[in-house]
Amino acid sequence: MGDNKQVMSGYSLPPVWTKLKQHAAFPRFTHDERARYNFLANLNRYLATVIAPGVQVAYEQRVEPAFKAEHGRSFQSRHELRDAISRDPYYQLWAALRRCTMEMRQQNGRAAVLRQAEELAQRVEKLLEGNEAILRLKPGFVVPAYLRHVDNHLMPGSYHTEYFEGDVSNAANYDSGLFVTSGGMLGSLTDGGGRAIAKWVRENYPDFKPKRILDVGCGLGHNTLPLAEAFPEAEVWAIDAAAPMLRYGAARTIALGVKNVRFVQMDAEDMSEFPDGYFDWVQTTMFLHETGGKAIHKIFREIGRVLAPGGLTLHIEQPQYTPEMSYFEQFMRDWDAYYNAEPYWGHMHDLQPEDLLEEAGIPRSHFLQVGVRAVNDLDNSNGVQTREDYGRSPIWNVFGGWKPR
Amino acid sequence: MKLNDIVMASDKAKGARPYFFDDPMTERVMNIAMAVAAEVAVLRERIDTIERLLEAKGVLKQSEIEEFVPTDEQAEERQLWHARYASRILRIVKQEFDAVAFPENNKPMHQIANEINEM
Repeated sequence: MGDNKQVMSGYSLPPVWTKLKQHAAFPRFTHDERARYNFLANLNRYLATVIAPGVQVAYEQRVEPAFKAEHGRSFQSRHELRDAISRDPYYQLWAALRRCTMEMRQQNGRAAVLRQAEELAQRVEKLLEGNEAILRLKPGFVVPAYLRHVDNHLMPGSYHTEYFEGDVSNAANYDSGLFVTSGGMLGSLTDGGGRAIAKWVRENYPDFKPKRILDVGCGLGHNTLPLAEAFPEAEVWAIDAAAPMLRYGAARTIALGVKNVRFVQMDAEDMSEFPDGYFDWVQTTMFLHETGGKAIHKIFREIGRVLAPGGLTLHIEQPQYTPEMSYFEQFMRDWDAYYNAEPYWGHMHDLQPEDLLEEAGIPRSHFLQVGVRAVNDLDNSNGVQTREDYGRSPIWNVFGGWKPR
Repeated sequence: MKLNDIVMASDKAKGARPYFFDDPMTERVMNIAMAVAAEVAVLRERIDTIERLLEAKGVLKQSEIEEFVPTDEQAEERQLWHARYASRILRIVKQEFDAVAFPENNKPMHQIANEINEM
């Protein structure tokens, strides 16, 4: 192996699955189901740290030279690069394994939650009893087309599918399995993104006291709760289109004892039930890349409308593709778009965040952009730098701005 | 409502599955092998749990397992198990060897059918 630095600095292990907080809404796993996830988390860590770097070596040593020899120039887009590298046997092996682990993670997670789906639904219902105000689902709600069109992250049925009235199995699968994909780097409540943004806002704007916070596309609220906990005086609204996520998320919130969040089923393209300027802070976390090419503009216009003058809007995403980013890195970051069923990822990361913010009424002069790293209570890396797993590492780009008064 | 978890667990996600290998069949075989590898890891973790529980209950020490040397009779039984295991795993390769070694027993079945028809 050519990377001595990696040998010298040791190997960092992911935490075991039982480190996840087993809250009252959480699915119960058998010994072997836990072991399956431990296997996959380790396999992913090994793939990311030992196998994946070889893709760059193969690219530099044979894919790019062969292309240059044939065409007399290098690649002019990540798409051209994808065509060429797809014929490289080392790349094929890495990619086939990465796809395989994603499918195994879904299979293993579904096998664990579907067998207990009834029990999970009952447990969630019991947690919600007497706490009805925390959750508002809308009978006859139409899930946005972009969500119905793809099974995000290869989750069969995606976020919104209910296999029976009151079913939460897809949400429980998501909650218990994101650990595997991220190698446990999002913490014991898989909330490293939310914790990071709450910490960043508190540190950088200590005088900011939002009265109302809106989390758009909250999913099961794992990144919403850290905001609510950091601003206990605030009224936090969490909206999403997927009923199972909202139902499970509300039960999880009760189980974790957080009081100032409410979950509402809503299409982010039409937030008309909120008055203009209703929120002091509008947040999205890893949501935009799972919307659609037309929807995203409507969503930003709505965000601008519901955001109060002087209010803050922030959006956590992977880094945008810029001319400074090599085509190889763009391609690797784009991998999940094609091969992990997140098809809007690539197009979304081609957009300029400044343009999106302008649509929300944030002028370029008020635009801000920073990098943040997950706040992870399970970090046991002992200072060993884990390699960047393109598009999967707990390091994000945050963009947003303050709306002029 | 009781779901058919056995079948539904392996549902396919929307969209055509990309195959990275030139021959999709090879990639399918790799996927099966990886699933079996996972189950080996699961068994290993289960045995590890058993060993640690036995140690905690004072039944045996893990070091006793590490230092265990079988008697001649035990060794014979274990080696026999390994041999049979190897035979099961490499059945297809052994049978390919038979095919090469004994071409008279390797005629296509339609030929055999025609021959039997004359018998």
